[in-house]
Amino acid sequence: MVNLTIDGKEVAVKEGTTILKAARFAGIEIPTLCYHERLNPIGSCRMCIVEIEGLAHPMTACNTPVTEGIIVTTDSPRLQKMRMETLKLLLVKHPLDCPVCDKGGECTLQDLVHEFEIEGAVYQAEREKQEFSYPTPLINYWPDRCIMCLRCATACREIKGLGAIDIDGSGFNAIINAVNPDKCESCGECIQVCPTGALTENLTGYKGRPWMVNRVMTTCTYCGCGCQLEINVFNNRIVGITTKDGIGVNKGSLCVKGRFGYEFIESEERLTKPLIKKDGRFHEASWDEALGLVAEKLKAIKASHGADAIAGLSSARCTNEENYLMQKFMRAVIGTNNIDHCARL
Amino acid sequence: MAGLATAFGSGAMTNPIADVLKSEVILVTGSNTTENHPIFANYIKEAVLKKGAKLIVIDPRKIDLVDYASIWLRPKPGTDVAWINGLLHVIIREDLHDAEYIKERTEGFEELKACVEKYNPEYVSEISGIPSSDLINAALTYGKAKPASIMYAMGITQHITGTDNVKSLANLAMLCGNVGVEGGGINPLRGQNNVQGACDLGALPNVFTGYQPVTNDEVRQKFEKTWGVDSLQSTAGLTVTEMFNAAEEGKVKAMYIMGENPMLSDPDVHHIEHCVKSLEFLVVQDIFLTETAEYADVVLPGVPFAEKDGTFTNSERRVQRVRRAIQPRGEAREDHWIICELSKRMGYHMDYGSPSEIMEEIRTVTPSYAGITYERIEKEGISWPCPGEDHPGTAILHLERFARGKGLFSAIDYKKPAELPDKEYPFLLTTGRVLEHYHTGTMTRKGKGLNMLYPELLAEINPEDAVGLGIESGDFVTVTSRRGDIKVKTIISERPDRGVVFVPFHFKESPANILTINAIDPIAKIPEYKVCAVRVERQKDKTGD
Ligand code: SF4
Ligand code: SF4
Ligand code: SF4
Ligand code: SF4
Ligand code: FES
Repeated sequence: MVNLTIDGKEVAVKEGTTILKAARFAGIEIPTLCYHERLNPIGSCRMCIVEIEGLAHPMTACNTPVTEGIIVTTDSPRLQKMRMETLKLLLVKHPLDCPVCDKGGECTLQDLVHEFEIEGAVYQAEREKQEFSYPTPLINYWPDRCIMCLRCATACREIKGLGAIDIDGSGFNAIINAVNPDKCESCGECIQVCPTGALTENLTGYKGRPWMVNRVMTTCTYCGCGCQLEINVFNNRIVGITTKDGIGVNKGSLCVKGRFGYEFIESEERLTKPLIKKDGRFHEASWDEALGLVAEKLKAIKASHGADAIAGLSSARCTNEENYLMQKFMRAVIGTNNIDHCARL
Repeated sequence: MAGLATAFGSGAMTNPIADVLKSEVILVTGSNTTENHPIFANYIKEAVLKKGAKLIVIDPRKIDLVDYASIWLRPKPGTDVAWINGLLHVIIREDLHDAEYIKERTEGFEELKACVEKYNPEYVSEISGIPSSDLINAALTYGKAKPASIMYAMGITQHITGTDNVKSLANLAMLCGNVGVEGGGINPLRGQNNVQGACDLGALPNVFTGYQPVTNDEVRQKFEKTWGVDSLQSTAGLTVTEMFNAAEEGKVKAMYIMGENPMLSDPDVHHIEHCVKSLEFLVVQDIFLTETAEYADVVLPGVPFAEKDGTFTNSERRVQRVRRAIQPRGEAREDHWIICELSKRMGYHMDYGSPSEIMEEIRTVTPSYAGITYERIEKEGISWPCPGEDHPGTAILHLERFARGKGLFSAIDYKKPAELPDKEYPFLLTTGRVLEHYHTGTMTRKGKGLNMLYPELLAEINPEDAVGLGIESGDFVTVTSRRGDIKVKTIISERPDRGVVFVPFHFKESPANILTINAIDPIAKIPEYKVCAVRVERQKDKTGD
């Protein structure tokens, strides 16, 4: 164990722990921007600076390990001023478009700007427009909103093992660019970790503001991984899919199908009424008519040919409860074991 | 499924996926994990990149995971039993098998040993095309590791020898004492989201929920009592493939199909079409007017997952909540509502206030689900078996003993696939999925997003074959089998081996399953999608018309 003091509190943590984690452990919050629980410390934003007694310059807490006996200060007029400068520097090239930005309302940068009470337009002339290409058409990249924290590229490399994107250029003109576009799997891990509105989903134009959106936690409908995801609902319509860090087998990740494959639900081609075929053509019917007809036909076939002349297929897409009812229906109501599903396939 | 049940007494994934982070070696075969189980693939990559695990990929296709593998073997499609026996042979020869585990926990080892005697690396190499030194290397790597895990998917099961393939993999896992240990195991990755649940809940012709056989009197009596019926049928019913054949023969007159699209997903689509047309009455319940629904007499509009409450069981046997996020569209209704309403009209009352009440009934008749309540899984799912409300669920199966008692080795000989390339049909066709689409495409092809990424069917052909055929990426070809032909655009790719064409099956414009063969595994009844013989010809006009 290593002993240290943070803001007058004595803390003991395991060797190798960062100052940031030690502070959080002691219940002390240090502002961060680029740090993300699931990623190795990036150390790009300098919001997390702290003073260590005896050192002339502040250190970044997210990637500095604790050492025995150090005395750390996380808040001081000097630190506040430096953090303020860091933020203002970001805002020089960042238009505070919050009202029209998808992220407005749940943006780390917006929160910090509010917290530090930065007012007035720091934003200056547009910088040189640069050519860029994001590796997937499902995601829009907004270079002006990008604070170059590098969470996106780090997640793509560390979580997905892909490295499809990376920093391009330097200083004021640096942007995120596709470096291995063919590697991109359109998984959206980069959106998930982006603290700002620099990455947005390029699907539905219909979006609610984050605070109006209801998020319902459920299980993905596509594969046997069974990822936990949140359906974002606004006005009884699905406006996006997100997930939460640390939840389920996916722990904050999703794949392209889980994250972007929800449009079918709003498809115009959905069946919305029962259909009965007459003379080779489908006609819309009421539930009573349709179910009445099915019951009558099944009863008649059972009566004339026996229960085994009827067979049912249940579905690997339906819920457990529905599969249970389907086999119960075939076995108890029809009276046959002719029940299967297509999972063999 | 059937294969694992024979070997261990249970056919599900033995270990949770996160266990690969504790594996020394991970063997992946017949699973294009990055495309079909992307999140599981993340774990495999993490195990390799961060935990230093060694990855062995054994697959005819050069799948993306090969980039992370320390060993990649490329067998000819359909030769799985041969190369697995080869691995067993080398491991036994080098004395790397776990003699104590074999003695205490398994039976049938001597027969196995005798059977794999002849599968020396040279012999296996002749059959599978795997160089003998590579095979030995893989055997030593797997054999020396403790623990090692195995992952497989439909590349292993979709063969006429599918059950044999799975039993062979079970042999391999047991031989090295890797079943019932943390970081080990043998894990079938389930394709569709709730395959595990559909099987668990008795959507199978021979078992009720929790794999309780319909032939068992006590079991039947229990269900008769709970369901309030006089007598339930005591013989197994028809499997999906048998149902369609029986329809063609006029023995099955009516079918009720919920949420499945066999017209696109089944092998030999022409045959299925004929079977379906022979029916007197067909009811299809789905969210879209699918290819199968087109043939229905009555179509009932169901709803997708976002519009219903319930549970799904993932590949790890974890029962998790599904929650309604939006109201059903139009007059579409949850499938459970439809079944209850239909049942009432047939004179049998099914009344449930909500899906949680259905789960309450499931619990009373299903020992492995007995402890699973909606309250308990509100925050986090529970893996079955979970026999009581105070039971935490079971992450790893067969810890102390196998579900069937002792693990059973099966001595299995290699058999050739039902159809192999010949002069007339010189290519091997294999089918499968691509990342961006799902199964028959009924869901993924409806929105612009996923179609933007993978808008059209592309048949993958090896560069050397492309030269021989005189085609370039983007050219159209006709792929012909003994059962039919389709026109497809091609992409030249290193992924398939020479002499092999890969066609995804999500596209109704060119249904790959027109070509595939309706030869089925005699036990698991899984059609042989992965191998059949075809001819490939360039389209003269290059446009596909
Ligand atoms: S990224 Fe954040 S701070 Fe910038 S415009 Fe969007 S919401 Fe506002
Ligand atoms: S979508 Fe996924 S693969 Fe593509 S750049 Fe983002 S993180 Fe990387
Ligand atoms: S796109 Fe987002 S995550 Fe990536 S560097 Fe810019 S702000 Fe950070
Ligand atoms: S998000 Fe992707 S990996 Fe996860 S369950 Fe859905 S389809 Fe499978
Ligand atoms: S949070 Fe420490 S440098 Fe960004």
